[in-house]
Amino acid sequence: MKKVKADPKGVLTGVHYLDGDFAIAEGALAAGCRFFAGYPITPSTEVAERFAERIPLVGGVFIQMEDELGSIAAVIGASWAGVKAMTVTSGPGFSLMMENIGLAAMMEVPCVIANVQRGGPSTGLPTLTGQGDMMQVRWGSHGDYEIIALSPDSPQECFDLTIEAFNLSEIYRVPVFIMTDECVGHMHEKVVIPPPDEIEIIERKWYEGPKDKYLPYKPDKDMVPFMVKAGDGYRFHTTGLTHDERGYPIINAECQNVLVPRLVDKIRKNANKIIKIEEEETDTAEIVVISYGITSRVAVKAVQKARKEGIKVGTIRLITVWPFPDERIKELAKKIKAYVVPEINYGQIVFEVERCAEGHASVIGVPHCGGWVHDPDDIFNAIKEASK
Amino acid sequence: MKKEDIEEKNPVESFLRMDRIPHIWCPGCGIGTVVTSFVEALRKSEIELDKVCIVSGIGCTGRVAGYLKLDSFHTTHGRAIPFATGLKLANPELKVVVFSGDGDLIAIGGNHFIHAARRNMDMVIICVNNFNYAMTGGQVGPTTPLEANLSTAPYGNFEYPFNLPFLAEACGATYVARWTALHLRRVTKSIQEALSRRGFSFIEVITPCVTLYARRNRLGSGLNLLKYYHDNSEIQHGADTRTLDISFQGKLIVGKFVDKEKPTFLDAMNKHLSRVLGDRYQLYGRIDDD
Amino acid sequence: MIYFGDLKPKRGKIHIIKDRCKGCGFCVEYCPRDVLELSEEFNIKGYHPPYIKNENECCYCQLCETICPEFAIFVTLKEEEEESEKSESRP
Repeated sequence: MKKVKADPKGVLTGVHYLDGDFAIAEGALAAGCRFFAGYPITPSTEVAERFAERIPLVGGVFIQMEDELGSIAAVIGASWAGVKAMTVTSGPGFSLMMENIGLAAMMEVPCVIANVQRGGPSTGLPTLTGQGDMMQVRWGSHGDYEIIALSPDSPQECFDLTIEAFNLSEIYRVPVFIMTDECVGHMHEKVVIPPPDEIEIIERKWYEGPKDKYLPYKPDKDMVPFMVKAGDGYRFHTTGLTHDERGYPIINAECQNVLVPRLVDKIRKNANKIIKIEEEETDTAEIVVISYGITSRVAVKAVQKARKEGIKVGTIRLITVWPFPDERIKELAKKIKAYVVPEINYGQIVFEVERCAEGHASVIGVPHCGGWVHDPDDIFNAIKEASK
Repeated sequence: MKKEDIEEKNPVESFLRMDRIPHIWCPGCGIGTVVTSFVEALRKSEIELDKVCIVSGIGCTGRVAGYLKLDSFHTTHGRAIPFATGLKLANPELKVVVFSGDGDLIAIGGNHFIHAARRNMDMVIICVNNFNYAMTGGQVGPTTPLEANLSTAPYGNFEYPFNLPFLAEACGATYVARWTALHLRRVTKSIQEALSRRGFSFIEVITPCVTLYARRNRLGSGLNLLKYYHDNSEIQHGADTRTLDISFQGKLIVGKFVDKEKPTFLDAMNKHLSRVLGDRYQLYGRIDDD
Repeated sequence: MIYFGDLKPKRGKIHIIKDRCKGCGFCVEYCPRDVLELSEEFNIKGYHPPYIKNENECCYCQLCETICPEFAIFVTLKEEEEESEKSESRP
């Protein structure tokens, strides 16, 4: 894993007052993203607008494609040409991108996709918040594959986690998703952008051996193959069909059962290095509130109120939502009474918590179909119910 | 004779992934001919092969990427053109060739086709037109002539087909040519011209599809189709693209119809942003690894 | 000083990779010199590959090489020494 310092051209060092969308764009530029292809969709349009303004000044290229399908295809192509690439969208566009997200997972292409979620399904609530794509990000495309999804709760985290997303995508050669929502995306807050030498960027895993011995999909010790870029004379072939180490399509069960487990396991077996959660007072807790994104900020008020009433509440904030922190949730379930899972959807991550709790603790969801954040009292009432 | 055969190799083999030959195309299929014409064009144009990228979609023609020994990408159905756009914009030094079929490029990929042409994106599109969706068993496509019989038009096709050169010209393509697989030297020359110029170049190559299009429509073998091309094609360079419709087993007007100069997407971007932003604009050239 | 005397028609040596052939007949039909003909023998796939009927007529146009969809036939230029019997020149 080669670590480098950020390219100063893309880093807007200083203290800024930005909204989440702009912070995503700034984070990407700081991480070295020099290709952006996107399509306008509320509430993510501002990311594209910021890129359109900033990227010509830092030596990158911006293109507004004709649709989201073109955007994600262009991002994958740009990544194969050796450039860090990104796109942004929201619910309807996310659904459109699914086929090519599968292609990125199959071809093992590092790229970052931000989904500024809104109320769904279908056209839903274009200008209002939601967190209804959390299962879709994991299972949206057909077949078996695994991705990484991060959930920032503030514009500052939008900046930081975007850099993290680029680094993770380069290490694991996998599409990484930034799952914010309209609230965080359109919220203006203080964002501190550090100087370039304080930002750690992970370089792509470039192949450095002899050209004629290069096998595009031969895994390294960490199950991730070395990558090259188009135009360097490796004459590689890559395909969305099931392929062997040479990248050539092999249509049989044996090849499938070698390739697909590796695509999934390279994330699952390395999950410990990827998962990031923030715990508070979970050692002494009876009830644990699991939340992510903007909901975690709303939950703070409910948790404070519950603690005042003497209920022992701990919190887990999921920074990486996928891979899901199975082990920790399972381990904690044996010690506590109940999990309370508020989320701005009608129940998605709550089912993951239920699965991991394995019946040791009861799991209470606090759903909200979208359009606004929770009323902290709803979460408080759920905590109170759970503690009885 | 045999011993010498083993020592001498077909010159096209140095451009092919020989570990994957024989290919999957049917006897009498014209795609192999188009591939040889393409290889001949690559050789004659003396282009730097390391910088050539082949992007193809899904379908019989989509398999071309798997057989050419260049940086090749076999992408999803219809998305070869935006993929190629990403490649080209990320590294403008690459010469990107999209080699795909009529259904892949014009039906599912239609939106991407018209916008890439509109932007005059610098790439070469070789559209192998066999009038149907062959890989999936011979379904009707956007270029199928009226009255043709195919599996999803079992009583004959009643939908009007596209006139591809007209479509390409209308969308803004700056080089438009149509040939048949039989016009192999002219296909080679067109591809050579396209490789040496900048801008959106579109070359339609009408090829025989024996197992499906020909068989379902009782048109005979590959030879019969080539004879039809021979007898019915007429070269009319510079013809008005509006007149280039193809009716079932009707006249085929071939030739080079459009060849004009226009700034490419990157040219226009660099020129405009340099003018507006002055010194602040970083001229977009090759991105080196940091 | 004698220019036209130096001009010799090119002669080609045809190589057929029999087992790749799928018997489509394109090379036989479109050879301008009628050099090839489909043989009676079967190749490994069960098709009739072409055989060289009139080798001396081959003028190295390489049409068979380019039209073959299977990359199964190619032509190499016959060397000058083998040309000793040809004395005519062409304008």
